[in-house]
Amino acid sequence: MLRMKARSLELSPPAWTILPRNLLALVVILAIAIMMHAWVRPAVGNYYNRVMMDVGINIVLAVSLTIVNGFTGQFSIGHAGFMTLGGYVAAATTYYGSQLLWSKAAFFGGTLSSNTAESVFSAGLLGGGDLLFVAGCVLGGCIAAGAGYVVGLPSLRLRGDYLAIVTLGFGEIIRVLLQASGPQVTRTADIAAKNPFELTTALGGALGFTRVPIYTTQFWTILFGGVTLLVAYRLKQSSMGRALLSIREDEVAAEAMGVKTTRMKVLAFVIAAFFAGMGGGLYAHQLGQINAGELGFMKSFDFVIMVVLGGMGSISGATLAAIVLTVLPELLRGVAEYRMIVYALLLIVMMLVRPQGLFGVREAWELIRPLTRRMFGSGAKA
Amino acid sequence: MNRVRAFAACAIIGLSLAIILPGCDNSPQASAATSPGSGSSPTNSVPNPTAGTTTPTDASANSPATETSADEYVVGHYASMTGSEATFGKSTDDGIKLAIEEINAAGGVKGKKFRLITYDDQGKGQEAATAVTRLITRDKVVAVLGEVASSRSIAGGQVAQQNGVPMITPSSTNASVTEIGDMISRVCFIDPFQGFVCAKFVRDNLKLSTAATLYDRTQAYSAGLNDDFKKAFTELGGKIVTEQAYAGGDADFSAQLTNIRDKNPDVIFIPGYYTEAGNIAMQVRKLGLKSVLIGGDGWDSAKLAEIGGQAIEGAYYSNHYSDEEQRPAVQDFVKKYKEKYGAVPDGLAALGYDAMRLLADAMTRAKSTSGKDLAEAINSTKDFAGVTGVITIDAERNARKPAVILKMQGGRPRYAATIQPK
Repeated sequence: MLRMKARSLELSPPAWTILPRNLLALVVILAIAIMMHAWVRPAVGNYYNRVMMDVGINIVLAVSLTIVNGFTGQFSIGHAGFMTLGGYVAAATTYYGSQLLWSKAAFFGGTLSSNTAESVFSAGLLGGGDLLFVAGCVLGGCIAAGAGYVVGLPSLRLRGDYLAIVTLGFGEIIRVLLQASGPQVTRTADIAAKNPFELTTALGGALGFTRVPIYTTQFWTILFGGVTLLVAYRLKQSSMGRALLSIREDEVAAEAMGVKTTRMKVLAFVIAAFFAGMGGGLYAHQLGQINAGELGFMKSFDFVIMVVLGGMGSISGATLAAIVLTVLPELLRGVAEYRMIVYALLLIVMMLVRPQGLFGVREAWELIRPLTRRMFGSGAKA
Repeated sequence: MNRVRAFAACAIIGLSLAIILPGCDNSPQASAATSPGSGSSPTNSVPNPTAGTTTPTDASANSPATETSADEYVVGHYASMTGSEATFGKSTDDGIKLAIEEINAAGGVKGKKFRLITYDDQGKGQEAATAVTRLITRDKVVAVLGEVASSRSIAGGQVAQQNGVPMITPSSTNASVTEIGDMISRVCFIDPFQGFVCAKFVRDNLKLSTAATLYDRTQAYSAGLNDDFKKAFTELGGKIVTEQAYAGGDADFSAQLTNIRDKNPDVIFIPGYYTEAGNIAMQVRKLGLKSVLIGGDGWDSAKLAEIGGQAIEGAYYSNHYSDEEQRPAVQDFVKKYKEKYGAVPDGLAALGYDAMRLLADAMTRAKSTSGKDLAEAINSTKDFAGVTGVITIDAERNARKPAVILKMQGGRPRYAATIQPK
């Protein structure tokens, strides 16, 4: 037993090398994010900028849901619940935090968080406000992950429809609780007088949490989206990812092969919930408000559609689906009232043509390789 | 294999259609049917910032990309044209279109006509923000009109404020909407006033003294109105005997109503939407309660009588206008609306109509159509004779105006009283 453990440790690289091993990828993501924010954003204007941010947020949510619905083959329809939870935590952190630190909830960020900055490099890249914003998003992610653990532990022993019902219920509980919360405290003096625990129930009730300072920019959506993609990709390649995929293919066989199925499923659930919570933080700070009433199970279905359309377990598929399904309704504004009918028709056509999703269980590059081989001769066959 | 190919072909055609169609989205989808450029004065004294060119005379000729010609004003409207509140969006849009048609027929403002662009937000805040961004940055509108629901008006209003484009909300009654900033104003009254109106009507006109409330805790509108009614009613010497809540979409209210029956109040205040109000009325009468029912403008729909039937008879609700008021402005509007759409206009249509006409009125007074000047003109509106009453925009950019109380009689709302602002 001891020998086996030692061997497995030998095979997998030590945990502390996780950052250095991914350093190159992280630097590339950061560079793309800065370049997009510095040069593409001013060039395309506010409208396209906003659509691109929507795409980024939806990628975070769709790809994180892929980890549960795609890799592990579980059917969760409570993803918007985690998003809502994380979004409210992040929004409350920046709003009440700014009130306490700077006596008002305005913008205190650097140029990386500003959608109006003319030149990104002329002034400070980061201010105090965006550090608070990132901290809020990470805290939101952590709390969503905690909720994911609490919900996942008992319910992931269930399968299929039963799990779907539990996750649906979770999303609805979050929504109803937040809608029943007290009114938002808006006067700085009142906020300072209250203890922080009282503020956790002052989340705006049915009107939603409003007056959230706006920090989300293309930089942050690309950075968060990139990190989500990186984590999902590394996870899929890892032994843990293989264990998740084995659960999807055959749970009994996976169990027989020594995969701790419940533990693995909970892990996938927690990771997905973490990124969903971060995505919720981005959403709240893009819109300037977050309203639990709008993030019900219909919102969860939006993400489920992205995952299914992209192909169960395909990261590139989910990414492409998130892009298409965000851009398509905007492109279809031209047909006015028939917009949603055309949108739905396109979904039906796509599902008829490719019932396994855009890329099936594979990734884009796995599909392209044989294609190029067929086109350019079979020289690589050997 | 062939079948798969056929399907793939279908998909490709469908997708390419989807990509080509927006190429012609410059044409207004839901605009008033007027051809621009027919009645424009060549010497336009007002520089149009939306054209953005140095030569205003031929700006219309060489700016096909933005589609903003110098001889028309583009007005944006965002509303829930699909989704569960689609009727609200549709009514408002109809009202706005009627107003634009009228203004254009009379020669427009300063020789320029109006063109309306309406975008659907599906009843989602995120969509509302995107729609307003598109209206402002791509369609270059002079002003934005919208929404009915307060939370979406806040989402859109923040974008308008940030971009310095004035926004008038026709029917968002939550006080926090206009608190966003100096670009945002409204033509409807606010919830605290509506709560006051209902309380005053019960105390002064009906002369009743005990009330129970039954509100929707998931709707900001309903919860806010409930608080405002309670406050006003207590101040006027009435007594709230019990306060009950439900969640939107509920169908069974017997638990709450049994509690209310134990207290036997004179009045039950139900500040929800018509769907629940109708159901609640049925169940109230089933339980043998004789209390008078009273509600807010969320009841304003032809569906109320359909759902509530006999049970809703004799109930009162506060509203923005009544089509039975004898003021010429009202009768004129009702006649025109009936001619165009073949239906009696509801309060939302009247508010949309007023919002658009108030905007046009402000534009005649504004120094220029820049966002700042226009907002200033809108905010200094005094005694504007609208269909929904004489409107004055106050320092908080809210409309000071009277409210009407309607009584359900014979399956339709009849005018009962007008309550003036404090």
